[in-house]
Amino acid sequence: MIANNKNQTTSLSQAGVDGHLFMPTMARITSVQQMTALEKVFKLELPDGLSLGNRPGQFVEVSVLGVGEAPISISSSPSRSNGNFEVCVRKVGDVTSAMHTLEPGDTVGIRGPFGRGFPIEKFRGKDLLFAPGGLGLAPLRSLINQVLDDRALFNRVTILYGARSPSEMLFKDDLEEWSRRSDVDLFVTVDRGDETWKGNVGVITTLFRQVSLYPRNTVAAVCGPPVMYRFVLMELLGKGLSEGNIYLSLERHMKCGVGKCGHCQINNVYACQSGPVFPYSEIKGMEEAL
Amino acid sequence: MSLTILKKQDLSEFVRNLLPLYRVGGPVQTNGGYSFQVIEDPEDLKLEYTTTILPPKKFLMPPKETLFEFDDAHNGKIHVPEMDPPTVIFGVHTCDVHAIQLLDHVFSTTYEDPNYTNRRKQTIIISVECLTPCDENSFCKSMGTLSADEGFDLHLVDLGDAYAVDAGTEAGQGLLQYAKTKPALPEDLQSLNNVLSEKWPHFPYRLDFDVSDLPSLLSMSMKNPLWEELGERCLACAACTNVCPTCFCFNVKDEIDLNLTSGERVRMWDSCQLDDFATVAGGHNFRKSRALRQRHRFMRKGKYILGAHNFLGCVGCGRCARACLVDITPVGVFNELYRRREV
Repeated sequence: MIANNKNQTTSLSQAGVDGHLFMPTMARITSVQQMTALEKVFKLELPDGLSLGNRPGQFVEVSVLGVGEAPISISSSPSRSNGNFEVCVRKVGDVTSAMHTLEPGDTVGIRGPFGRGFPIEKFRGKDLLFAPGGLGLAPLRSLINQVLDDRALFNRVTILYGARSPSEMLFKDDLEEWSRRSDVDLFVTVDRGDETWKGNVGVITTLFRQVSLYPRNTVAAVCGPPVMYRFVLMELLGKGLSEGNIYLSLERHMKCGVGKCGHCQINNVYACQSGPVFPYSEIKGMEEAL
Repeated sequence: MSLTILKKQDLSEFVRNLLPLYRVGGPVQTNGGYSFQVIEDPEDLKLEYTTTILPPKKFLMPPKETLFEFDDAHNGKIHVPEMDPPTVIFGVHTCDVHAIQLLDHVFSTTYEDPNYTNRRKQTIIISVECLTPCDENSFCKSMGTLSADEGFDLHLVDLGDAYAVDAGTEAGQGLLQYAKTKPALPEDLQSLNNVLSEKWPHFPYRLDFDVSDLPSLLSMSMKNPLWEELGERCLACAACTNVCPTCFCFNVKDEIDLNLTSGERVRMWDSCQLDDFATVAGGHNFRKSRALRQRHRFMRKGKYILGAHNFLGCVGCGRCARACLVDITPVGVFNELYRRREV
C-alpha cells in the first residue's frame, strides 16, 4: 500500500486520504473544452502540488459530491502533465451530466489512478499500431502522446481512428498534429460522412486494408466500444499479430476501483485491478470478457 | 488459554455485564424464526437457534453504511462518520465463522477497506458449535464448515446444563473476566468429547461428490445447458445474494439532503443477479441474461472467489436455498452439474 504522507510522496495515493479508502481528493477544474455535442475535456489540478502519477491506460474515479462517482479514463499523457491531467467526459449518466454543468474554478473529487495501464516499456523498438474507436481515443491519446514524446524509442507508429461521424471526432487538435508528423501514419474513418467529409467512410476495420504491418515486430493497442473488439481482433490476428502483442482496454463499470464492489468482475478477474488493459492472450477464451 | 465451563444459568449475567461496554448482538426469537439483533434484554438471546434469514454479516457490513459525509457539496468539505461502537456477536454458527474469515480476507487484502476492517477490529465473535442440522437446506458438512478451528474469539459447546468455553484469541480470553466461569475438569472434557463425536452422524453429506472437486466441476461446466434452464426459472429478485453470508458486492451512491448542500456517500449491498449490475455507461450489459447471471453466481461461489481469495465462496448455510422462490439451490445445482458432467 502506498503511504499517504504528503511529505514523503507527491503522488495521489490510491489508498484514499488518511487511510480512508473511499475519500476523494478535491481537484480544481482549470479549463473546460467543449469537444463535441456530447463530450467535454476537463483539465484538472490536484491540491498541494500533488501529481496524479498515472501511466497511460489507467483511470480515475471522478466524484461530483451529491451526485456520485464514475470511472473515467485519463486522456492526457504523463509526459505532458505539468501538474495537471485531463479527462474526456461523455455526457451519458448522472455523474457525467452533472460534470458537464461545471466550470473552471469548480471542484470534483478524484480517487486513483487505478488499474494496470499499457506496458509501454515492452513497446520499445516495436512497430506500434493504435486502434481507437470513438471515445476509446481518450485513453489511447494518453499512450500515443507519451510515445510521441519519446519517439526515438519506438519504430513505426500507425494510428487507425474510427468515429461515428465527422462531428463526433474527438481531439481534433491532436489528430491534426499527428497527421502533420512525418513519423506517424494516421488513418481516419467515419461510419457516416457528411457534406464536408472527404476522407474514408466505413467502420474502423476498413482501415486495416490500407496498412501493411510487419507482424512479428508489431504491438497493437485497441480501445473502443464493446462491439468493436471482435472485429478488430479478427483483423489483427488475420495479419499475423501474436495474441500477446495485442493489448485491449476493456470497458466495465468500476464502482470502487479497488477490487471490492464486484461490478467489473470478469470471471475471477477484477478489471479495475488486473485491467482495464489486458493482452489478448490473457482473456482469450474467457467467457464474458469480450 | 484453557477450556473453561460457563453454566447456562450464568449466561444472562455474562451478557448483562457486557451491555454497558459493548453493543451486543445475537440471535433472538422473532415471528416464526430467529434473527440477529442488538440485544437489550439478556433473556432475549437464544443460542439454541436453527438459522436466521440474514447472517451476522450485517454487523460487519451493514446493508447500507455511510462512507463519508459532506457539509457543502460545492466546496468539497468532507468528513468521516463516527464509528460503530465495539461489538460482541453471540451465537455465530461455524458456517458463518468461515464466511466472516472470507470477508476479512476480501476487505484487508490489496487495499485495506477501513470501513470494514475498523469495525471488524473491534468486534468480538462468540461462536457456538452446531449439534443438529439447521434444516434440510443446510449442507455445512459437505462444504467443510461444520467446525471451525479459528476465526472466533470464544467458542461455546453446549454440554447440557453448561457451555464448554474455548478461547480462540486474547480478546476472547479477556472477555471472560465478565463471566462466572470455572476451569474444566477431566469429566467436562470427557463430556465435550462425547458431544463433539456424537454430533457428526446427525449431519448428512448432501453433495454427491467431494467438495475439493467443485472448482474443476465448475470449470468444465461453463457451457452446460443447466444455466439456461436456471435462467428460465430465476426471477432475478436477488434474494439469494441478499441473504448470503459471503456476498460482499456493493453499490455506491450519493444522498443529498433537502438543503441540496450537505449529504453523504453511502454504500449498500448490491447483487450480481440484478439486471444492470454489469451494465456500462454506453448501455452494453456484459451479463444480459438471467442464465449468465446465475452462472456467474455459482461460478463465483465455487471457483472464482477461490481463485481470488483462496476461500470457497459458499459455506453451506442454506440461506439462499430457503430464500429462493423458485427452488434454485446450491446443492441442487452442484449435484445436477455433477450428474451431467462429461467424463
